Amino acid sequence: MFRLRDREMSQKILKELKEMRLDITLMHVCGTHQDTLVRFGLDSEFQRVGIDIRQGPGCPVCITPPQEIETTMALARAGITIAAFGDLMRVPGKRQSLGDIKAEGGDVRIVFGVDDAVDIARQSHGEVVFVGIGFETTAPTTATALLSSPPDNFSVLSFHRIVPPALRAISSMGEIKLHGMIQPGHVSAIIGTAPYEFLSEEYGIPQVVAGFEPLDLMVAVYLLAKQHSEGRGEVQNEYSRVVKPAGNPTALKAIRDAFTPTDAIWRGFPVIPESGMSVKNELEIHDASKRFSDTIAAAADAECIEPDGCRCGEILRGIITSEECPLFDRKCTPENPIGPCMVSREGSCHISHRYRRTRLDKT
Amino acid sequence: MCLAVPAEIITIDGAVAKADFGGVARSVNISLVDAKVGDFVIVHAGYAIEVLDREEAEKTLQLFRELLTQDDAGA
Ligand code: SF4
Repeated sequence: MFRLRDREMSQKILKELKEMRLDITLMHVCGTHQDTLVRFGLDSEFQRVGIDIRQGPGCPVCITPPQEIETTMALARAGITIAAFGDLMRVPGKRQSLGDIKAEGGDVRIVFGVDDAVDIARQSHGEVVFVGIGFETTAPTTATALLSSPPDNFSVLSFHRIVPPALRAISSMGEIKLHGMIQPGHVSAIIGTAPYEFLSEEYGIPQVVAGFEPLDLMVAVYLLAKQHSEGRGEVQNEYSRVVKPAGNPTALKAIRDAFTPTDAIWRGFPVIPESGMSVKNELEIHDASKRFSDTIAAAADAECIEPDGCRCGEILRGIITSEECPLFDRKCTPENPIGPCMVSREGSCHISHRYRRTRLDKT
Repeated sequence: MCLAVPAEIITIDGAVAKADFGGVARSVNISLVDAKVGDFVIVHAGYAIEVLDREEAEKTLQLFRELLTQDDAGA
């Protein structure tokens, strides 16, 4: 529809970047950005001109901590119908995955969105729990369903997360020095550009909200490099064809009406203040965490540990790349994933595995 | 799951629209956007999350071109 894969323009940008003699590290927080970067080989092109790009905590399935995976499985084992996005199925828990429970006869359904889960509840007499994972892009869809008088047997396990507090965590932890951030286009379609400003103001970080075509990322990186070399730190919007400065007010209202911000754990991180979304008290009959609190408490008390040797946590904090994990493509593959970063199609390990041998000049 | 793709609205019936995803028609919940028939929307998890702004898309392409001609002149 819009031709944004222009090779000639990309070559020009790379030439410009080379002349800038850069040695910088950028971060993005989006599986789709990582997909574009690796699929089109842009990550190595950028490396050649002194730009290292890391995927931070930008994969909803990956950042979902072990506790929440165990909680979901506890409900499935208790005979409750679980409706979840397909990516969640194979995330290894302590003993098994949701997929294993399904294979053993548990009622675990793969859905493409919350409305499918509401339909399942309408056609069933049993309890149906939708596993609400995802950032601000997904949260308004769950919110809309919660606010549209769903049936009484429908409830939500809200594991939604809010992106800006995680960006603050990354910046304040200081483990990685970032010279710029590529902000996620579709999260920004909902929240707009203002929620990122604190990063530039407090940490001086250049930021560009970017779309998902190769040229979007080329231009975003170019704008970041310009800001960096001119000593500026501000929020620019490269994806204005979708992202309005104030975001999507209807979606933001739905989030506000359905959820309350709450402190939450992200895999690989300590508790991040106000980075989660719990279902509002007024909607508590649809809040699975209240409806099934006994089953959940038992699961939450159990010891929840990371898989042995898995380094997803460090990948999500941008400290290492997937290729630096000793298990990558040896013991850990998509057929036999050890950690969530190899399960989810948005996970850095899965993406690296997927395109490693096929990335040559596909633009 | 976080993937969001553009689709063209073909028909609208209340909060639900039929949209064309490159030749495949599927229903999309449009309660989060103000969309009309013929609009391109960005669809995520069965919901349209925003309407694609054609004018802005043109402007972006124009901006890309300018950015590069400028650099040529400056180099
Ligand atoms: S390659 Fe596997 S074990 Fe290593 S970090 Fe990725 S998911 Fe974890």
